[in-house]
Amino acid sequence: MAKKKTIRTIPQKRTPVREQEPRERTKNFAEVSTGYRLEEALNEAERCLLCPDQPCIAGCPVGINIPGFIQKITEKNFRGAYEIITATNLLPAVCGRVCPQETQCEAVCTVGETLEPVAIGRLERFVGDAAIDGGWSAIPYIESNRFKVGIVGSGPAGMACAADMAKAGCAVTVFEAFQEPGGVLRYGIPDFRLPNVIIDAEIRNLAKLGVKFECNTLVGRLFTIEQMIDELGFDAVFIGTGAGYPTLPGIPGDSLNGVLSANELLTRCNLMRGRDFPAYDTPLPRGRRVAVIGAGNTAMDAMRVSLRLGAEKVFCIYRRSRVECPARTEEVHHAEEEGIEFHWLTNPVEVLDDGKGGVRGFRCIRMELVEPDESGRRRPIPIAGSEFEIECDLVVFAIGTNANPIIGQTSKLKLNKRGYIEADDNLATSMAGIFAGGDIVTGAATVIEAMGAGRKAAKSMKAYLGLREPESFYNAGEKVVKYFGIDEREKNFVRIRVAPAPGKEPAAVSSAEHAMPTSATGKNP
Amino acid sequence: MAGFEIVGRQDFSEVTYLLEIRHPMLARAAQPGQFVIVMARPEGERIPLTIADFNRGAGTITLVIQAVGKTTREMQQSCRVGTTLYALVGPMGLPSPIGRAKKVLCVGGGLGVAPVFPQARAFKEAGAYVFGVIGFRSKNLVFWKRKFRTWCDEYLLCTDDGSAGIKGTVTEGIRQAIEKHPDIEECVAIGPPVMMKAATEATRPHKIKTVVSLNPLMVDGTGMCGGCRVKVGGRVKFACVDGPDFDAHQVDFDDLTSRLKRFAEEEKAALERWSENCRLGRVAVSSPSGAGLDRKRSA
Repeated sequence: MAKKKTIRTIPQKRTPVREQEPRERTKNFAEVSTGYRLEEALNEAERCLLCPDQPCIAGCPVGINIPGFIQKITEKNFRGAYEIITATNLLPAVCGRVCPQETQCEAVCTVGETLEPVAIGRLERFVGDAAIDGGWSAIPYIESNRFKVGIVGSGPAGMACAADMAKAGCAVTVFEAFQEPGGVLRYGIPDFRLPNVIIDAEIRNLAKLGVKFECNTLVGRLFTIEQMIDELGFDAVFIGTGAGYPTLPGIPGDSLNGVLSANELLTRCNLMRGRDFPAYDTPLPRGRRVAVIGAGNTAMDAMRVSLRLGAEKVFCIYRRSRVECPARTEEVHHAEEEGIEFHWLTNPVEVLDDGKGGVRGFRCIRMELVEPDESGRRRPIPIAGSEFEIECDLVVFAIGTNANPIIGQTSKLKLNKRGYIEADDNLATSMAGIFAGGDIVTGAATVIEAMGAGRKAAKSMKAYLGLREPESFYNAGEKVVKYFGIDEREKNFVRIRVAPAPGKEPAAVSSAEHAMPTSATGKNP
Repeated sequence: MAGFEIVGRQDFSEVTYLLEIRHPMLARAAQPGQFVIVMARPEGERIPLTIADFNRGAGTITLVIQAVGKTTREMQQSCRVGTTLYALVGPMGLPSPIGRAKKVLCVGGGLGVAPVFPQARAFKEAGAYVFGVIGFRSKNLVFWKRKFRTWCDEYLLCTDDGSAGIKGTVTEGIRQAIEKHPDIEECVAIGPPVMMKAATEATRPHKIKTVVSLNPLMVDGTGMCGGCRVKVGGRVKFACVDGPDFDAHQVDFDDLTSRLKRFAEEEKAALERWSENCRLGRVAVSSPSGAGLDRKRSA
């Protein structure tokens, strides 16, 4: 090992990442950031002090061993780095791109106390992309059991739960209402932020674990949650249907043509490929001057999508100030670079009719911030007499979402008064064997938080099913499985299967001994 | 995924056709008033279609489609027995409440005859006296006359031009029905927005509880996009999860009609482009029943 690094010996500046020029990128849907090259990643990895406190691990909602994987990068053992990340996070290529690192791991980075923090997200993405390019997948040895697990919703929460349950040996089926799996990753996040090929790759990895995907299945209506347990033979069910029900402001003019939710714009553009109309049949509302109300990540996506669809001018209207803006810093930064006009402390009052059922603009009012409300953010109140008009032909509302009502309408699950599913600390719901997590429990949050919830629910589900959690560690390239601290080799006559050492070729994984549970897929990976 | 197999097809007229699709689970779950979303091919759009019938024994559902836009015309050509639909999801929406009304008026206008059929049958099965009124523009567009009749105690066929049944729109039928049976407690009216609006106004003075099934534009059908929002009693509702059935006397039909035109330009352009391609033989045309389309020799 090299000599000990100090804050003075590490590269002082954060390694910049290459990005498409703002002028160019607003004309295409290709990814904005092209990610680190090898030497850039190595340089940035050197900036990690490998400090003993490891505050970043606590800062990560799923507790990735961040210094561990960064050290593997410095050793140029990228496969090793991938295995460390995937021990806790299934989707490094996704999370490296969409996590708000600046409020999580990077916010507490020791280097960040003096210099700019280590670009953990970019390094995670580098490893995730290397895995996709190399066709790596972290498939452990899976011993199949007799349990059948159903997952409702194929978004990040469902995917994380599905992976853990498949690894535990259950036959896992994920149900998705849309024609393609991925949930919000697919319909919500645009290609320039998260390309579809990345989602496809991550879904393939799940399929390799034996997870079965059933699209075009609207759970609740095609069959109920109760029927999954009573009739379809599922032993446990996880609900991760998200909070996709868009909020509309209820101001005059909000049902005019030319007023829509960000969800609708993004779904038409991303999932339905409306941006390629007429090659794809789904039409898209294209505005010349577009106003997006809200300043979260969804709002940023809606604005930047609008630009790429050919809008001349895009406005961001937010009732609080830039400090309270809930979007990732990088997204706001990118949006600014691309020429979005921000109107902080502004709230729409009325959408104005063009006389033909469309929009000619909207009237808004200036706001000021007073004492904090229950969310801890300073409360905006309108300034009397400060109304003004903005001319636009499309108004997109991205002011939050509510719980999807379908599961609530069709099952006896206990909901809270806002319509979200009630779950305890272990994410167990009011019905035995039914677990829920992600936005449908907490309300709108982030991809990584949903994944964390999916993993937590998987842990509870395993306890509910009586599955023992094998504790494993690496020993000279040989994986020893321990049950409750007892080394299996000492206590019974079961032949110990030697798991592949980290860094070995995937061929070793798919040998006969590590065959997939055939009940789940009917075929080997 | 192999898709969803079309096992039956029937052409009622040059524009109206019926598809029977195998989906045993969906056939089992479907209730009167619910709808499905169909994608004919991966590049297609998601279109909502009300379930016209379901056969739990055979495991099939029936859709009746009118070839009006690009997608429905294309489906008219491509959807043959033995072919598959890329996506079919449902049943969506709240099932129609089949209450304990003793005397019910079931009104279907044009294509609306199909979705009102399962409701008429459900009312009949629940023991109600069912008065059916179905209306078409003219005789050559009439379909399901007998099928509908078997579930009605009394029945009236109206055509705009008088070529079959009584002359006049369904409103005339409704008037006659109410005149004869002032004790009608409930009315279900399904059809084009203009027809539903007229039916609503016909029952309003008699204070007959009236239910309409709304058909706004939709993307997902699961309450996610808000594209299908309608105004009912001054409040915004999503037709996909709060409906599609609503209290007719509360519905803002003008708002519905206006919102249906959201993509009128794009739809028109798409249809024109498609028709032009058909004419030039750039798309495979398999024995179209639609008029004005050349039959191309197969390449």
